[in-house]
Amino acid sequence: MTGDNPRPLVECRGLAKHYGEGETRVDALRTVDLDLWPGEVVGLLGPSGSGKTTLLNLIGCIVEPSAGTLRLDGETVWEGKWLRPDLRRLRLEKVGFIFQFHNLLPFLDVSENVALVLDMAGAATTDAFARAHELLDYLEVGHRKAAKPSSLSGGEAQRVAIARALANRPRIILADEPTAALDGERAGIVMDLLRKVAVEQSATVVVVTHDEKILGRFDRLFHLRDGRIEDMASRPGDLTG
Amino acid sequence: MNLALRDIRHHLGRFLLTAVGLGLLLGVVLSMIGIYRGLVADALGLVRAPAAEVWVVETGTRGPFAEGSRIPGDTRESIARLAGVTETGSMTFQSLEATHRDRKLRLQVVGYEPGRLGGPPAIAEGRGLARSRFEIVADVKTGLVVGERIPLGGDVFTVVGTTRGAVSSGGDPVVWMALRDSQVLQFRLSPAPARREAARGPVAAGAPDTINAVVARVAPGASVEAVVEAAKRWKHLAAMTQDDQETILTRSVVEKARQQIGLFTTVLLTVSTVIIALIIYTMTMDKIREIATLKLIGAPDGRIVGLIVQQALALGLIGFSVGASLIASAKDFFPRRVVMLPEDAASLGLVVIVVCLVASGLGVRLALRVDPATALGG
Repeated sequence: MTGDNPRPLVECRGLAKHYGEGETRVDALRTVDLDLWPGEVVGLLGPSGSGKTTLLNLIGCIVEPSAGTLRLDGETVWEGKWLRPDLRRLRLEKVGFIFQFHNLLPFLDVSENVALVLDMAGAATTDAFARAHELLDYLEVGHRKAAKPSSLSGGEAQRVAIARALANRPRIILADEPTAALDGERAGIVMDLLRKVAVEQSATVVVVTHDEKILGRFDRLFHLRDGRIEDMASRPGDLTG
Repeated sequence: MNLALRDIRHHLGRFLLTAVGLGLLLGVVLSMIGIYRGLVADALGLVRAPAAEVWVVETGTRGPFAEGSRIPGDTRESIARLAGVTETGSMTFQSLEATHRDRKLRLQVVGYEPGRLGGPPAIAEGRGLARSRFEIVADVKTGLVVGERIPLGGDVFTVVGTTRGAVSSGGDPVVWMALRDSQVLQFRLSPAPARREAARGPVAAGAPDTINAVVARVAPGASVEAVVEAAKRWKHLAAMTQDDQETILTRSVVEKARQQIGLFTTVLLTVSTVIIALIIYTMTMDKIREIATLKLIGAPDGRIVGLIVQQALALGLIGFSVGASLIASAKDFFPRRVVMLPEDAASLGLVVIVVCLVASGLGVRLALRVDPATALGG
């Protein structure tokens, strides 16, 4: 699983998150230790409120941890405090997000939605759009590149959102229910694509899911309950069976 | 990739409608400034018409534009004899109401001696006064045309010429007539006790020979101040330069109107600022999820601030253009003169830019506080 790179892309040591203090304290995530390696696709399972999305937000540097250490791509980003002031730049460079509700910008057309990430990273406009068109063609939504998000079907919108997440060739891809709106065939295509990206870009893909159709496609599955990783299976059938 | 432009394009109808609404408000601001400029231009137009350098009026008064001023009719001859004076003219000023074509007409009547200082600065149509009595030159704003006859104070006057843009500080169009006619008119329109009192004194052809002011020009190189000082030696006279006369008008007569309009303009600009701020705030509220998504995928604050500030500026500048165009095309339909100066429009444009920047602060504050995690919610 480690390949040629002996270092994990995501390292969580004692990572925890709580909200409030005293009697009102709610522990969303309790002391998670986790290493995610380049080239692997992992799934986060668990009931609602178990801490899956909190873990995803912590890895994506969207929410500040309460304790522990977080290292991304060999760089310690949180240890008692944020060690990098420009978290958005960090996200732009290293993390790709795929949202459950697509979150495409309604005032941009499909190709602009994808090219925006590259534009923000400083790519030339022509290069940004060339890369956007390449990804959209690959995801079979190239014919909708001039369409506004409001005119896309759920499946098309999700593929555009995936194209946007992949545009900057991030090494950490975080996906929150990426196949929830897709049929079995499309869900399989999306997972194949994420697998391909993980392998080709030496990236790690973390997927929060309830979708039983895709449970067999993960290298590892983590089952969370009450803010803890309750179980881990390198063979998906161990948890889902 | 300009996000502000694309967002505007996405909501083009709503954005333009908002900008037009704002434009109407800014148009009112611009028209208020234009009305004030028009007020000053009107007031100065009448005092500048004789192209005089010295005004001689009744002692203890500030001249006929500020208060009543009556001096003997032969004052002009005395002033004409002062060293350095080259031209003089006797003048009267009075407001009156006449009936013309079954409608009330308020007029500013100026009496002068044809051939001397004090006549209309330019004739637009027809000719100046040629006969000694019963002719008038009227501004086109009166609605009178050359050849028309109008009764004033019991006599019937024939319009022999017209002028353009000659009105009093009150906005009444100016009518010029011979000095003698204006003196008779003043006498006939005075209150009865004043008429009886005047009739006890020396009377010529039924009206006293009094005037309101004497205007004079001095020879090139001669001192205007010296002429003013010389005229002041007569105990019953006061004298002032043209600049003094204009200052009295703008600082005293028009001052209250200036303050009123200035205050109203300030209120309107404040209202505009609040409205722009609320519009931008609402537009930002509508984009909370998009802003959170932008933050999540790595957009720097500058990009998000740019989105809001550029939209605020676009809103203000489109609104300003709409307002300015509207007032420029409608200014001639206002009952009072509206003067739009390029420097006023440019100043308001700058104020609008500042207002937009200030107003967008509320939206920017909101946007910068948006939690990127908001994008993840359902």
